[in-house]
Amino acid sequence: MNAVNWPSSSVNAAARKATGGLLQRGLHLDGVLLALLTILGGVGMIVLYSAFGGRVEPLQSHLTRVGIGVAAMIVAAQFSPTRLERLSPWVYGGVLLLLIAVLVAGQIGGGARRWLDLGFFEFQPSELMKLALPMMVAWLMARTTLPIGFGFAALALAVIAVPAALIGLQPDLGTAVLVGAAGAGVLFLAGVRWRIISAGVLLACAAAPLLWVFGMQDYQRERVLTFLDPGRDPLGAGYNIIQSQIAIGSGGLFGKGWLEGTQAHLNFIPEQHTDFVFAVLAEEFGLFGVIMLFALYLAIIGRGLWIAHHAQDNFSRLLAGGITLTFFVYAFVNLGMVSGLLPVVGLPLPLISYGGSSVVTLLAGFGILMSIHTHRRMWSS
Amino acid sequence: MALDLIRDKTGERRVVRTRLAIAALLVFILFAGLTGRIAYLQVAQYEHYSARSQDNRVRLAPVTPTRGLIFDRNGQILAENRPAFRLTIVPEQVDDMTALLDRLERVISLTEDEREAFNRARRQARGFQEIPLKLRLSDEEVAQLTVDRHRFPGVEVRPDLARHYPFGEIGAHVIGYVGRISQAELRERDPRQYRGTSLIGKTGIERQYEHLLRGEMGLEHIETNALGRPLNVLDREPPTPGADLQLTLDIELQRIAEAALGDYRGAIVAMDPRDGAVLALASRPGFDPNQLVAGLDRAAFDALSQDPKQPLFNRALRGRYPPGSVVKPFLALAGVASGHITPDERIFCNGTYELPNVERVWRDWKPEGHGHVDFIDSVAESCDIYFYELAYRMGIDAMHDWMSRFGFGAPAGIDLPGERAGVMPSREWKRAQLGEPWYHGETINTGIGQGFTLATPLQMAVSTAMLANRGRPVRPHLLAVPGAESPPADLPIMNLDDESLWQLTTESMIEVVHGQRGTARAIGEGLDYQIAGKTGTAQVIGIGQDEEYDEETLDERFHDHALFSAFAPAEDPRIALAVVVENGGSGSQTAAPMARIVIDAWMEQLHERGELAFLKR
Repeated sequence: MNAVNWPSSSVNAAARKATGGLLQRGLHLDGVLLALLTILGGVGMIVLYSAFGGRVEPLQSHLTRVGIGVAAMIVAAQFSPTRLERLSPWVYGGVLLLLIAVLVAGQIGGGARRWLDLGFFEFQPSELMKLALPMMVAWLMARTTLPIGFGFAALALAVIAVPAALIGLQPDLGTAVLVGAAGAGVLFLAGVRWRIISAGVLLACAAAPLLWVFGMQDYQRERVLTFLDPGRDPLGAGYNIIQSQIAIGSGGLFGKGWLEGTQAHLNFIPEQHTDFVFAVLAEEFGLFGVIMLFALYLAIIGRGLWIAHHAQDNFSRLLAGGITLTFFVYAFVNLGMVSGLLPVVGLPLPLISYGGSSVVTLLAGFGILMSIHTHRRMWSS
Repeated sequence: MALDLIRDKTGERRVVRTRLAIAALLVFILFAGLTGRIAYLQVAQYEHYSARSQDNRVRLAPVTPTRGLIFDRNGQILAENRPAFRLTIVPEQVDDMTALLDRLERVISLTEDEREAFNRARRQARGFQEIPLKLRLSDEEVAQLTVDRHRFPGVEVRPDLARHYPFGEIGAHVIGYVGRISQAELRERDPRQYRGTSLIGKTGIERQYEHLLRGEMGLEHIETNALGRPLNVLDREPPTPGADLQLTLDIELQRIAEAALGDYRGAIVAMDPRDGAVLALASRPGFDPNQLVAGLDRAAFDALSQDPKQPLFNRALRGRYPPGSVVKPFLALAGVASGHITPDERIFCNGTYELPNVERVWRDWKPEGHGHVDFIDSVAESCDIYFYELAYRMGIDAMHDWMSRFGFGAPAGIDLPGERAGVMPSREWKRAQLGEPWYHGETINTGIGQGFTLATPLQMAVSTAMLANRGRPVRPHLLAVPGAESPPADLPIMNLDDESLWQLTTESMIEVVHGQRGTARAIGEGLDYQIAGKTGTAQVIGIGQDEEYDEETLDERFHDHALFSAFAPAEDPRIALAVVVENGGSGSQTAAPMARIVIDAWMEQLHERGELAFLKR
């Protein structure tokens, strides 16, 4: 047991001085994270401006969404981890009900049931699950001693599998993967034994053929086949992969210059302002720009893991780590897909791609991270 | 707080912190891998991708292959491709699409379907693609558009090949037609093959052999300017044209068969009994496939598809009719072969038939009866009483068994889409379909091809061919593949203990046409070869047992169907056919003369080719 020192006035003063009193104590925001996110958002606006061919109007609607996201972040930051922990099961249960409601009564959008129409407002409950699931798994892990045993691991797997399956049924494979990864990330941090991890990986490999035959839609199979051989259908599904790789490769070391990307401006890159926006950046700013972007992402993820490291209880640690890892998976899956390392799943590049309710959830997630960091009690350990 | 601290044990904290460190390492490694991949693309492969990006001013465009032609057996073109013009639009070059379409509509006619298909294609297309709006422009429309060209930016009139059927209505049911591909059709096929075309075979041969006729798509590499406008074609992977198909059909015989049917509704199927090659497959009324290719508006198409005479309906393979007395030669042969009767046994016919303990009376078509009739008489005169008695002796099981061996109740397996099976009833069939047991009276009706029995004209022709072949079945087919063997039949060869039964059956059918009392003796006059045939007159509605069938008082739709099946020359058959005339009255008066016209025409042709030297002409 560590010795506990109640915060002395000098420690308090030092902490205030170090982190900026109003931001941290008043708004419960983390200055470092905020600065990094602002830079990333700025980069996003610059790239989007080019992807939209110099049009300003779409950027305004993008900014509106970012604004809502920032508001969500500030609100989320006001919830102390203790309150979040208390709320977790209720939030999880509520979102689960919404997911079921979507399957039963959802709006058909793009051939899949994802949207719930609330009369004044349509939204995707699967987005909320990206936060609700890590909260729930962290809550569960906080009710046992770590590293967790087999029983709790099994329970957590069920808690993860149900919403992931519901989202997969919509069908929205991309979000299902993300939500599953969010839960699995928390589980991993909770010290689930390597034996169970390897068993899980083996099981997943064994289940893959079954998923192929029974679990996937034709268009999803087509995407995987096209990933393995983009030349299969050069005018159809393979087109996206081929064209985005040409865009990236032709960027070279320093790129073709802002607004100068021929691939982007001749409309060769598909969905150039949403899922494939990275190709625009890589074409116009080259390897140099890509490394800058990666550095930004690494810094944000690093800050997130650092916050998790310094959190003061299991729930906070696991939740902070889980949200950070989800963010990483989000970015990695998109980058891997655009650069041809992973099959095409419909996921935007976090905080760069245009639109979507993803901006709001992502920023709300960072709000939670900030809350965890700024609600720490001051003592020395 | 104290509780929190107790729970936050050092050990637990260490577990999570270790895992966090591992996660950080993983993140770093994966990002390093990603950087490696990007560096590979941007540094190592830079030259390659840079060149391709330059080339990317080059756009890939699909090139539609030429659709294969369709010929008849003599090389007459049944389906060809004619130069035509179609109208396409590049949406990116249009400011206000609705206004443009409205302006266009003053110059060309646009159907709702065409607008819909255009909007659908527009949503799915990538930038700067020409999207077809109207597939066939009339000469006036082309002229008008050329004059007004400046008024329609983004609109192009493109030369194209349009499907044309030179014979129009003749053979339309067989050849089929092509039309705009539907979403449902696209889903069940390989979409890659349909990127450059909006047409697909809808019915008939055009649909059956779509995969052969279509060909393989080619690619064109088109150089574009910085705005994406096409400048010129740099490279071309030529498309593989579709295969030309030759049919067994004789379009002249087809024309004669359709003309023979005239204004009646009905079908004639004629085939070479030796190999199943279909010579004519007529279904009346018909339709003009060229109208359908050009694209009818919805109202005109509805009028066609909902016409009570059903011109789009291929009666030859989808119409199911009671075969009536056409079944008699088959049943007579079966009765002898199964030992229920001998060729010489005479059954007395006084015009009525009764079953023990059954109140009902069955009547012959000839009220006064035929007197004593044997095998040959029964077929030649089409005596119903003989077959009532034979049916009673055989029972439904034996009848079902023997008739099935001739192909009754099963599809004949022709290479055309949509063939339907007839019905050869049995106890099991009735239980499954109606949930009722079999009654004796139904056996009696089945003996004259009435009751539940149904057959398509095609299947009747195929079964008749099997009689002509003395037990060897054939599969009907339309595709002629030179040098290849005919496709095998589904049915086994029928071997009889007494092979002379085939000859007897043929003789009985010759008597139908050439005998003194044959029901079709009217068509036997002036023939220099022999026809073996059988008339049939099938009731459309049940006539009460004490009522008279009176054509005058009945509505036309309730008149009997007229049928005739035949093969000729009887001793060396070269044609087998079935004629069905809906509400045609009687087989001998309506159907048999049509059969004679078709058979005569075919014999004439064989004679001219020197294949039938024995004909006296």
